Amino acid sequence: MNFVGRQAFRGPGLTFCRLLVARYSSKTGSKEYIDGLVKGKPVVVFMKGTPDQPRCGFSNAVVQILRFHGVENFDSVNVLEDEDVRQGIKEYTEWPTIPQIFMNGEFLGGCDIMMDMHKNGELIEELKKAGIRSALLEKAENKD
Amino acid sequence: MAKAVSSISAKLLRSAFTANRFTTAYAQSSTSQSSSAGMADIVKPMETSMKKKLAEAFKPSVLQIVNESYMHNVPKGSETHFKVVIVSDAFEGVQLVQRHRKVNNVLEEEFGSGLHALSIVAKTPIQWEKSTQEVGQSPPCRGGAGL
Repeated sequence: MNFVGRQAFRGPGLTFCRLLVARYSSKTGSKEYIDGLVKGKPVVVFMKGTPDQPRCGFSNAVVQILRFHGVENFDSVNVLEDEDVRQGIKEYTEWPTIPQIFMNGEFLGGCDIMMDMHKNGELIEELKKAGIRSALLEKAENKD
Repeated sequence: MAKAVSSISAKLLRSAFTANRFTTAYAQSSTSQSSSAGMADIVKPMETSMKKKLAEAFKPSVLQIVNESYMHNVPKGSETHFKVVIVSDAFEGVQLVQRHRKVNNVLEEEFGSGLHALSIVAKTPIQWEKSTQEVGQSPPCRGGAGL
């Protein structure tokens, strides 16, 4: 099954419809299409490669940080598979580099920002806003 | 109370002094390089133009530009992957994402002409003073650099 199909069947019905509309009404680099990918999702990562096989050190770092917080089932978009998305996401966020992380439909930043937020604890708060409880909190409680 | 105030002002003074020292250091290093600037333009056109633009835009007290291209799957001598460390008053009161945007915007032309990856450390002089002032290496390449 192609990339769009996989994405569509994974999400709930609303996302499916949104993607279906986006699929047949516009290109994958369009604002509407990317809106459909990021809106209503807790965490979406635009990256090179896949979470299991990242093709870039910065993309890999983002995946590892998320896993460190116990976030395994996040949505990811492999920009190497779709040149339109790769260009489109850069225009969408006005951000020139990959990876790019979205939480709750909002653009969070790239690898450096993710790393900083991880180090200063803000990432736990951002995850909380997206309805995800960081695994680091569990670990801290178990210690107490 | 008076003690607290004096300790704060001492800190401020110290950071002002440090900032000043860094400015001087930066000014000196750019002077010392000016004799070979013509050469650098030819050998490292990307690094040279990044340095010039960032220095003009942010008047940084610290400006480090590290070419990390050798860590990636690109030809020897490439100027594609960089890390920049910028310490500037211009970042005072500016959120991290916005700091990165400012830097990216200054380097818009470079992104259009071969700059591929840019790791950014953007701090205010006070943040820099409090930090270890050491910047770690970027994560290792996973083979997709040229893609």
